[in-house]
Amino acid sequence: MRLTRRYRFSASHRLDVPSLSVEDNRRLFGKCNNPWGHGHDYVVDVTVEGSPDASGQVVGRAALDGLVREKILDRFDHKNLNQDVAELAARVPTTENVAEAIREMLAKDWPLAARLARVRVAETDRNIFELEIR
Amino acid sequence: MYLTRKVEFSASHVCADPARNDAENRALYGAAANPNGHGHNYVLEVTVDGTTDPVTGMVFDLRELKQVIQDEVVEPMDHRFLNREVPPFDRVVPTTENIAIEIWRRLEPRIRREGVALRNVRLYETGDLYVDYSGPQGGDACV
Repeated sequence: MRLTRRYRFSASHRLDVPSLSVEDNRRLFGKCNNPWGHGHDYVVDVTVEGSPDASGQVVGRAALDGLVREKILDRFDHKNLNQDVAELAARVPTTENVAEAIREMLAKDWPLAARLARVRVAETDRNIFELEIR
Repeated sequence: MYLTRKVEFSASHVCADPARNDAENRALYGAAANPNGHGHNYVLEVTVDGTTDPVTGMVFDLRELKQVIQDEVVEPMDHRFLNREVPPFDRVVPTTENIAIEIWRRLEPRIRREGVALRNVRLYETGDLYVDYSGPQGGDACV
């Protein structure tokens, strides 16, 4: 059985690859290359998988919420993804890379009995990225 | 092909294990342990897996699917206090997980037939929390 919980954070970012020229970055990333950056209200769905325990739960809500708050939301919410999140410092903070970073940060020392099964990040309602974790 | 039918029902419940005291239940289930109960607008998505019938062009008759969900879920659970009025929740804690398992148990025998199977039950407790249950295979305890 899978359980999915939805979280939100708001953050700014700028898409820019330093090794590319100004023109190439502008062509590649369009408005997202604006030197001043811009922001989104991100929606993160975290899915865990397992059998319900004696309490009838795949995961305790407070345990999952606490973990995501500590590992992700406290680090991402109202931050500049390029400057404030060390895990993204070496990569372009596209939503693909944001999803990868969230997966890595959650998976490291994962303390829950239920398995981390999926991370889904929506940058806007129209741009949604999913990572299935095998 | 997968066919998904969506339905809503509203119900109240208490998440508490009678074998534990109030403080233990609050630690385990948080605000959901309030002994007087609270409610949700549940959203249920029932996904049926089957082959499109070459004559009718349908995987499953939608009127029948609607009626099965109505009989097995909406009629018994909508505007009910699950712990008091809907067995097995007088003895099984009505977490979203256990409600999804019970819904599967009720729907599956009425949907299964040649070339058609119940594929998934997705139950939203709120817009921010849902479970997916695809049947007892994989070691899930069935209620």
